[in-house]
Amino acid sequence: MIRRPSPRSRAAQWLLLAAGVAVAWYLGSQAAVNIGRRHATFGFGFLADSTNFDIPFRLIPWEVGDTYGRALLVCVLNTLLVSALSIVAATLLGLMVGIMRLSANWLVRNVALGFIELVRNTPQLVQIIFWYVAVLQTLPGPRQSIPLPAGSLLNVRGLYLPSLEPGAAATTLWPIAGILLIATPFVWRLTWRGLPLGSRALLLALLAIVLYVIGIDHIDYPQLRGFNIAGGIQVIPELIALWAGLSIYASAFIAEIVRAAILSVHKGQREAALSLGLRPRQVLSKVVLPQALRVMIPPLTSQYLNIIKSSSLGAAVAYPELFQIFAGTVLQQTAREIETMFLLMAIFLSINLATSALMNWYNRRIALVGR
Amino acid sequence: MSEATAGQRLTVRRNFEPGTPGARIIEWTRRNLFGSALNTLLTILVLALAALILPPLIRWGVTQATLHGTTRADCTGDGACWTFIRVRLPLFFYGRYPPSDYWRVDLVAILLVACCVPVLRERMTHRWLWVILLLTLFPALAAVLLWGGIFGLDYVDTTLWGGLMLDFIVAFVTVAGSLPLGILLALGRRSQLPIVRTLSMGYIELWRGVPLLTVLFISAVLVPLFLPQGVSVDRLLRAMAALVLFNAAYMAEVVRGGLQGVDHGQEEAAHTLGLHWWHVQAFVVLPQALRIAVPGIINTVVDLFKDTTLVTIIGLFDLLGAVEQALKDPAWLGFAKEGYAFAALIFFVCCYAMSAYGRSMERRLSRDQ
Repeated sequence: MIRRPSPRSRAAQWLLLAAGVAVAWYLGSQAAVNIGRRHATFGFGFLADSTNFDIPFRLIPWEVGDTYGRALLVCVLNTLLVSALSIVAATLLGLMVGIMRLSANWLVRNVALGFIELVRNTPQLVQIIFWYVAVLQTLPGPRQSIPLPAGSLLNVRGLYLPSLEPGAAATTLWPIAGILLIATPFVWRLTWRGLPLGSRALLLALLAIVLYVIGIDHIDYPQLRGFNIAGGIQVIPELIALWAGLSIYASAFIAEIVRAAILSVHKGQREAALSLGLRPRQVLSKVVLPQALRVMIPPLTSQYLNIIKSSSLGAAVAYPELFQIFAGTVLQQTAREIETMFLLMAIFLSINLATSALMNWYNRRIALVGR
Repeated sequence: MSEATAGQRLTVRRNFEPGTPGARIIEWTRRNLFGSALNTLLTILVLALAALILPPLIRWGVTQATLHGTTRADCTGDGACWTFIRVRLPLFFYGRYPPSDYWRVDLVAILLVACCVPVLRERMTHRWLWVILLLTLFPALAAVLLWGGIFGLDYVDTTLWGGLMLDFIVAFVTVAGSLPLGILLALGRRSQLPIVRTLSMGYIELWRGVPLLTVLFISAVLVPLFLPQGVSVDRLLRAMAALVLFNAAYMAEVVRGGLQGVDHGQEEAAHTLGLHWWHVQAFVVLPQALRIAVPGIINTVVDLFKDTTLVTIIGLFDLLGAVEQALKDPAWLGFAKEGYAFAALIFFVCCYAMSAYGRSMERRLSRDQ
């Protein structure tokens, strides 16, 4: 296009590569010497060894003595859980604050602005630790639990939610409900006698909910028994603090993305829609938001990736996620610095690449639908 | 016809701009707070929420708070105990730096402000001279003053550095190191040499794909393993090196955005004049690209300044670390709210000032174009 690089610079780049390889080789050999001096070897065999520590919060069964490999799985699921929860909450909160920022009401507009400035200009780590130490740890003990709606309880040991206990029929009904729910978006796009099914697919989701409810045997409410709370599901305060910290921080950035995206839709679009007789609500949902969504997706993706990466800050409040367990407990017990760090980086990289691939796919899809 | 329209418009305008200030306020309130039923409802909602939240907050933070005294016993009110913050202020600002040498830190701070003001001022003559001063003479002077060990100054080990001072040092070094590296990486990513391009791209994507915490941990745990025996690098220096390498990837993306904003014709014209590639980049493309990229660079600086708090997790002693340390003091237990609120406030003031400057810069840029 402009000017071809000269042969000399073409040769020079090989020199750069050679220098890079030489440095990597030198560091590698030093590491080998240092590891050899400790009479250790490099390898991931330790993943099959059994552990002697507990993981206080997990989604799948875990016992002291299970392998490091299983610990890895438990931690990856914990990381994914907090990331997914935060992405959902941050998106909803960000959407709300972003729309508030464009409100005709001066008070609402400036409350949103104040929130964004306050959140964006303080470190995320300070926010997470603030939620944990200054808010959640100052809550009353189990005996003075704060009652919340729907029979939930909040105290210093966390949030206790009522759990829906499955009955005998649930073993068959719940999987069917799950399949129906997954099928809903696909049925949405099917056509019947030349007409798209569209929102009629929601009947399937409704059926899924009905099946789910039928499968419930009873609701287990958390109750004070002795000095502790029994029953229900316990959400540990570490998870709540990390969740709050991640989602509130990201929501401020998402709010600005939403605002910029809505403002980027040309004024003429809105005016044309209004002159065609659409109601203001329809203008927003059918004309402005679909166009804004397209502008929004790429910066939103990078915010989602930030949330996933920042979930490693769980280490500061001892939420048992990937970083806290593997760069902490596992690294100290096995003294396998290179392997654990390699695993951490590889897993975070793959989660991030998968997320960005998913978002890119979604981006392409909505771009196609619009044209 | 046209006269009648003009007359109508005049009366309309007069209606919207009544003479008395009182009427103007009423008009403003009606339009901005009670424009529609929904608007009125929202206003009432927000006011109710404010009435719920603000009075207890003000009572805690101001009216019932304690500031005087030197011990915990002085905090008798129901509100915040700012005495705790006041007593620990030197720890929060200087860490464990020897109190008799605080003047050295103060002097560095004054020098930094003196160098930064001319750099940040638009329309400053010889601005580039100040930038060079800030990047060469100032770091050298600051290093001599802070470390000591020569010119009769006592040696102060980096393990004693701490508090807000450490946040500023780490942030300054990171910016000064990552910006040049980021520029090189951005140029590399746009290069026509395939190996250079691939290496730059791989570097950028790798660092952007992993959490900062893993990078800091690598600097703390892994780097000693890769060095020959007997060679050891200071923990703080290792952390700063990690931050430089990490943030260079983010700087590179911001600079790349700037490079994409420069018209192709500029580069082509410069080539036609017979300039060498490096000269084209240094004298034609980069000056324009960096101008466009400044708001983005300032955003990155704000982010990395906030991220300096992460060094507490690898055992360094920045403002957040100092607050956590102070909270563990048995004589002052239970003031977490005050401690973290103070840390948040300090960071807020610094970051808000930086982002406000960035925004004004952005406005100026868009106006110039």
